[in-house]
Amino acid sequence: MSAGGLNPRSQASENSPRSQASDNRLLYSDGEWDFETLRRIHDACEEIALGEMGLSVYPNRIEVISSEQMLDAYASTGLPLFYKHWSFGKHFAQQEALYRKGLRGLAYEIVINSDPCVSYVMEENTATLQALVIAHAAFGHNHFFKNNRIFKDWTDAKGILDYLEFAKNFVTRAEERFGEVAVERTLDAAHALMSQGVHRQRQRRVPDLRSEELRERERRDYDAARFNDLWRTVPGKTQAHVPPSELERRRALLQLPQENLLYFLEKSGPRLAPWQREIIRIVRNVAQYFHPQRQTKMMNEGCATYTHYRILNRLHEQGRISDGAMLEVLHNHSSVIMQPDFDDPRYSGINPYALGFAMMQDIERICEHPTEEDQEWFPDIAGCGDAMPVLRDAWAEYRDESFILQFLSPHLIRKLRLFHLSDDSGKPAIKVGAVHDERGYRRVRQALARQYDPAWTEPDIQVVDVDLSGDRRLIVEHRVLHGRTLEEKEARLVLRHLAYLWSYDVLLKEIDPVSGTVLREHAVSPPHD
Amino acid sequence: MEILDRRLNPKGKSLPNRQRFLRRAKALIQDAVRDSSAQRDIRGADGGGEVSIPMHGVREPSFSLGQGGIREHVLPGNKEYREGDEIQRPPGGGGGGSGNEGSDDGGGEDSFRFVLTREEFLELFLDDLELPDLAKRRLAQLVDPAFRRAGYTSSGSPANLSLSRTLRNSLSRRIALKRPKPEGIAQFEAEIARLEALGDPADEVPELRAQLERALRRSQRIPYIDPIDVRYRRFEPVPRPVAQAVMFCLMDVSGSMTEDMKDLAKRFYMLLYLFLQRRYKQVEVVFIRHTHEAKEVDEQTFFHSRETGGTLVSTALEEMRKVIEARFPPGEWNIYAAQASDGDNAAGDSTRTARLLLEHLLPAVQYYAYIEVGRDGEHGMPGFPRGATDLWRTYEQLVVAGAPMAMKRVRNRREIFPVFRELFRKRGLTEEATA
Repeated sequence: MSAGGLNPRSQASENSPRSQASDNRLLYSDGEWDFETLRRIHDACEEIALGEMGLSVYPNRIEVISSEQMLDAYASTGLPLFYKHWSFGKHFAQQEALYRKGLRGLAYEIVINSDPCVSYVMEENTATLQALVIAHAAFGHNHFFKNNRIFKDWTDAKGILDYLEFAKNFVTRAEERFGEVAVERTLDAAHALMSQGVHRQRQRRVPDLRSEELRERERRDYDAARFNDLWRTVPGKTQAHVPPSELERRRALLQLPQENLLYFLEKSGPRLAPWQREIIRIVRNVAQYFHPQRQTKMMNEGCATYTHYRILNRLHEQGRISDGAMLEVLHNHSSVIMQPDFDDPRYSGINPYALGFAMMQDIERICEHPTEEDQEWFPDIAGCGDAMPVLRDAWAEYRDESFILQFLSPHLIRKLRLFHLSDDSGKPAIKVGAVHDERGYRRVRQALARQYDPAWTEPDIQVVDVDLSGDRRLIVEHRVLHGRTLEEKEARLVLRHLAYLWSYDVLLKEIDPVSGTVLREHAVSPPHD
Repeated sequence: MEILDRRLNPKGKSLPNRQRFLRRAKALIQDAVRDSSAQRDIRGADGGGEVSIPMHGVREPSFSLGQGGIREHVLPGNKEYREGDEIQRPPGGGGGGSGNEGSDDGGGEDSFRFVLTREEFLELFLDDLELPDLAKRRLAQLVDPAFRRAGYTSSGSPANLSLSRTLRNSLSRRIALKRPKPEGIAQFEAEIARLEALGDPADEVPELRAQLERALRRSQRIPYIDPIDVRYRRFEPVPRPVAQAVMFCLMDVSGSMTEDMKDLAKRFYMLLYLFLQRRYKQVEVVFIRHTHEAKEVDEQTFFHSRETGGTLVSTALEEMRKVIEARFPPGEWNIYAAQASDGDNAAGDSTRTARLLLEHLLPAVQYYAYIEVGRDGEHGMPGFPRGATDLWRTYEQLVVAGAPMAMKRVRNRREIFPVFRELFRKRGLTEEATA
């Protein structure tokens, strides 16, 4: 939010000192490439990204892989080394069938949020595509990973590859010692709860004995220093000491309510073996690692697309890629950012590349050529001249939801002709809530922002209580928003997994948070075998 | 910045995952494999291929929001709507908009198609089948030994000397016989040297020298390594089960056998061949066709050339007996036979056929399968059950008497796989089924 992050330093390097060097400055002349070409492309992109755009990136590691390896990487959620599980085999078989039939092309690259930042590029790509991919992934995504607050707070780019290695070995060893079936069962259950396995807020640090002692001593020293026997003589209210109720005590003990179901199971599951706890922890950590990506998908792609567009245009201006190559870039670029209208058969939601890129370009426009409307809506940035500091600040400080709320302009709403629908299953018709007009801008913007807010799109499920003295039943609550209850069949399947890990009965209550009434209840017992 | 070439990394990184997936979805895939194999043509019978399994069997559930309630959508590309307009819901009840990323991994589909390799296909297809009487009855006579480690021996060739075992024996012997240690001797010598340097004040040196002398003599008498310490690794020959099989394909090619019937028979032979190939390293195939006389032929002739003549089954059995005698001694070969016929046989031939089988062939073979092929629709006449053929009646008596033989009727291409499966179903399963 603050303008303190704006950094005007980057303007200095506009004209590269080597701009009037030799005639043939082309990085490559035809589609063929070798490692030397890749290096030249990378260095050229780096010059623009770090110099002109002022990006700051992790060191890059570019790995050339074959299409089969790309499919491999797809199957294990893009991570280079991952533990073994049947679901990855399923995804692989699915992807492979689609790919073989030609229904789906492969992504040109996969990039991993790690330090050094690993980008996979496919050997089938032409030199132009490699340039596009390097600019997009090795600089765009890389900058976003390194600088965005959510990534910085929640993921450990340095440690992730080592952690994955550990996870893989741990699961393999567990399979050897306890059998593939038992491990698979635990992994299945943990995977089912994966999206309930992330902390959405920073955890309150549980005080450990040492720090608690330290605090106690400090307090006593303080009391001793300020001791004055006179105070004893001053009459005051006698404080009624209310003992905490049984429920409060239990909740404090188990850190309830707890939205991170996997964390709760790992710490408090009564009958889990140590290796099961570790596996739950692994799944939880992986879920947590991916959590920022889900919250910033649109911005991340927008940032990367904007970066490659800018870098490649500059390379073309400098005469370092040919006109033909530029046409290939534009062709790929425009198919990436294609956004079909809602009534188009190809429509499948808002394309994050399209919206992200459009917003980045819109910010550039507001900074450089603002209209009166922009002056009114964005007084802070309109006409500030240089978009890069604004963009860099946005990339660092926002996630999709807050970014839209802050930066989606009326101009862009009109351009995309966004409109808002309100669909109440209790009413016969769907209502158009707002369109791209003066009355609607703010509402469209707010509704779109909510569409990117996990708090609105994902069910809010928490562990609220455990009947410790009775049958140890676990009570889980879904706070139903806008009457949107859970899909029942799926919910029962997931609860079975939850009951398996908990080992006792589980009760899921879907409650209306306003009135507190219970809308539905699902009770599941652990499987007996 | 570094550029790495990962293309040469080992391939098939996802193979373990795939195996786990196949194991997980085994029942579903097996059903799909059976379904698809019923429709396959002969060349595809052993190939891999695409199968389709229902999605719900391999679902990964997660909490998701269901239908109903109040939903909000923002969509691009408005053309005509104004604020406050009402849009009728589409009659399908699907609701407007796609929600957010509803079908991320194609989860919306009901079934899920993917490709199996040839090995995977066969593995699944033949999974619960078993060759009857797999172990050769006269295994003891086999002369195909393999060597296996079997403890230690006190004699052997130097190449098999077990150093650690030998030294262990040597050490225990030296301890037991109290052979003086080199350190002890060195100590004596040092002590003598020290006392001599001092001028031997207590006159101990002669005593010490005597002791040293005894120790030296003792250590010479008790050798460091004695021949009784030496041990060699022992190897023991074990008979190895015969890993070769021969499959006899017998077929009636007389005029009454149509191309369709031959096709049915061929499918059956194919399956048997594939099946044997999975169990034995080496599988030989012998084709014998017969009319009123029998001949061993190559595969092409067997299936494709036509002959005319009467039908004498016993000639084929006689030919098979000869071939066995000449080339496949039953002690070394696992012999399987599959006979296909339309069931016709010359009237007087039954006794001879039965005798040949009973006396010469059945003792030699592991398993004898007979399939009787008929025209599609032949049995379709309700109320007119097709009478048992001559050959069927002959064989039936043998089966009842407990011969290692099985027989089935096949009318249609679809029945080949079930019949094959039934003939080779694991013993335990059949017993369960009948019990």
